[in-house]
Amino acid sequence: MALREPVLDEGAVRTEGGRVDLVVVAEMVKPGSRVLDVGAGDGELLELLATTRGCDARGIELSREGVNAGVARGLAIIQGDADVDLAHYPDDAFDYVILSQTLQATRRPRWVLEQMLRIGRRAIVSFPNFGHWRSRLDLLVNGRMPVTDNMPFAWYETPNIHFCTIRDFVALAEELDAKMEKAVALNSAGHRVRVDMPWWVWNLMGEQAVFRLTRKA
Amino acid sequence: MTSFVPPDASAPKADAEAEDAVETRARQEADDPHSPVARFGPSQPLRLDAGVLLPHLQIGYQTYGELNAARTNAVLVCHALTGDQHAANLNPVTGKPGWWETLVGPGKPIDTERFHVICANVLGGCMGTTGPSSTNPATGRPYGLDMPLVTIRDMVNAQAMLLDHLGIDKLLCVAGGSMGGMQVLQWAASYPERVFSALPIATAARHSAQNIAFHEVGRQAVMADPDWRGGRYLAEGVMPYRGLAVARMAAHITYMSDQALHRKFGRRLQDRATPTFGFDADFQVESYLRHQGEAFVQRFDANSYLYVTRAMDYFDLAADYDGVLAHAFKGSKTRFCLVSFTSDWLFPTEDSRTIVHALNASGANVSFAEIESDKGHDAFLLEEPELFAIAHGFLDSAARAFGLPPARGR
Repeated sequence: MALREPVLDEGAVRTEGGRVDLVVVAEMVKPGSRVLDVGAGDGELLELLATTRGCDARGIELSREGVNAGVARGLAIIQGDADVDLAHYPDDAFDYVILSQTLQATRRPRWVLEQMLRIGRRAIVSFPNFGHWRSRLDLLVNGRMPVTDNMPFAWYETPNIHFCTIRDFVALAEELDAKMEKAVALNSAGHRVRVDMPWWVWNLMGEQAVFRLTRKA
Repeated sequence: MTSFVPPDASAPKADAEAEDAVETRARQEADDPHSPVARFGPSQPLRLDAGVLLPHLQIGYQTYGELNAARTNAVLVCHALTGDQHAANLNPVTGKPGWWETLVGPGKPIDTERFHVICANVLGGCMGTTGPSSTNPATGRPYGLDMPLVTIRDMVNAQAMLLDHLGIDKLLCVAGGSMGGMQVLQWAASYPERVFSALPIATAARHSAQNIAFHEVGRQAVMADPDWRGGRYLAEGVMPYRGLAVARMAAHITYMSDQALHRKFGRRLQDRATPTFGFDADFQVESYLRHQGEAFVQRFDANSYLYVTRAMDYFDLAADYDGVLAHAFKGSKTRFCLVSFTSDWLFPTEDSRTIVHALNASGANVSFAEIESDKGHDAFLLEEPELFAIAHGFLDSAARAFGLPPARGR
């Protein structure tokens, strides 16, 4: 595959070894706020938010290994299942509820997003865009489910059971009556897709997307 | 006291004498323990949940590590059902290591080079804190069943008196497993402003029907022993050994997992090649349980066992807060870390998760880890590296947030 990435970026995002989308997510969080990270892994984002932005950052993570490693580093993470445990948090408990690279692995993405908008005043969601040109090309040319750096699992063993495209997500946000405050799409080089591009370009060029939503009024 | 009959008349004489010595030491500990004791007179009575005042209270306790000048490095460790204040020193009765030396000590997660660790024998216990085997100052005889029933909250209120006595206002952490974890939860609910962080392990916010049932079996075994004498065995110079041993044997099964029992003993026979076709301890697991029962009766008072199991049965934290557990932690600033073990069927993970949900609902800062282990409920007392890493990380983070200097590198 010798196709070249079109140059549409606004400048590279700092990575510093960590996941690119985490930096973008962290930049959307106001310093000193209360944050819940759903699907916190071993707490990489929690640590980033606590150390660089002075947040009261807490997490939920399904995998025991992730939780135990995070708690051993002194982070506030609970072992739990987003599909169930979000129901136990009261309304407006957090300033931000974050779901990074986890939406596609939930059993009930719509319910999870609703809960996020209930628990937090703002929701930040990052996810791999299944509408990216390379996914489309894989299906079109090879007739196979795409396997990429961002989506590294074969169809039969992937935890990602609810893939969506950027446009699918935008449609869901509209259905939930959520207001889109910020949106960033990252191409495969980790560069931002220019904001003045139409949706179809984002949906084609964005390998990952990060959205910040809030309840309308 | 030399009039106690040894539990097993067939034991060799030297063993019997050694057992007698353990019992004698155990009896002495009730009033004059090998540890510091705080005594409170009628001017500071303890008001019990049973609705009566306890005019004379003594608390046997241990401390490890130095209290810093600002008094900000105190960690209270709460012991389980049959534990005592000797968490990290040789036990004066059994001569065995402290019950939580895996977690408490120099360089351990609850680091006695960094923290001032306090552990007190619970109210109703038999190792120096007032309980049914203590001498009632009003009569000069053991309380026996004249001792009022006590609750987990009573135990915690007594510990709070001890801390006042020691001049410690706020605890960096309260930690404990099983019944110790119940005390941790009660501490966080009753004295939120005195608890900066809480580490309840393998515990529940209320004792389940199944657990009450197991305790009842144990109590009935004790009370069915003719030597229990309606609770007056100390005055009559006997001990309900057999009943208490059976109680311990039944309870011990609940502390282990099926896998752990199988790994340790399987169906292997004890010192024999074939079954004897009798009721001797053919199987290793039988022999092990008998040994556990016999060792226990030498060090533990039968009435204490009744009182302390009862305290656990009565524990239902939510009941004190309109039936809503989250209300027990409303507005709490305490940092919590809960830990459960996959093979613990006495205090299963769901019990911890219920507490986590309540803490989430109340907006508290909480961590929760379930550790994969096949050691059953007893895992919290055993070699569990993940527990050590979690306890260390949680306590270190709490200490830094509480303003303590970072741990010295080692």
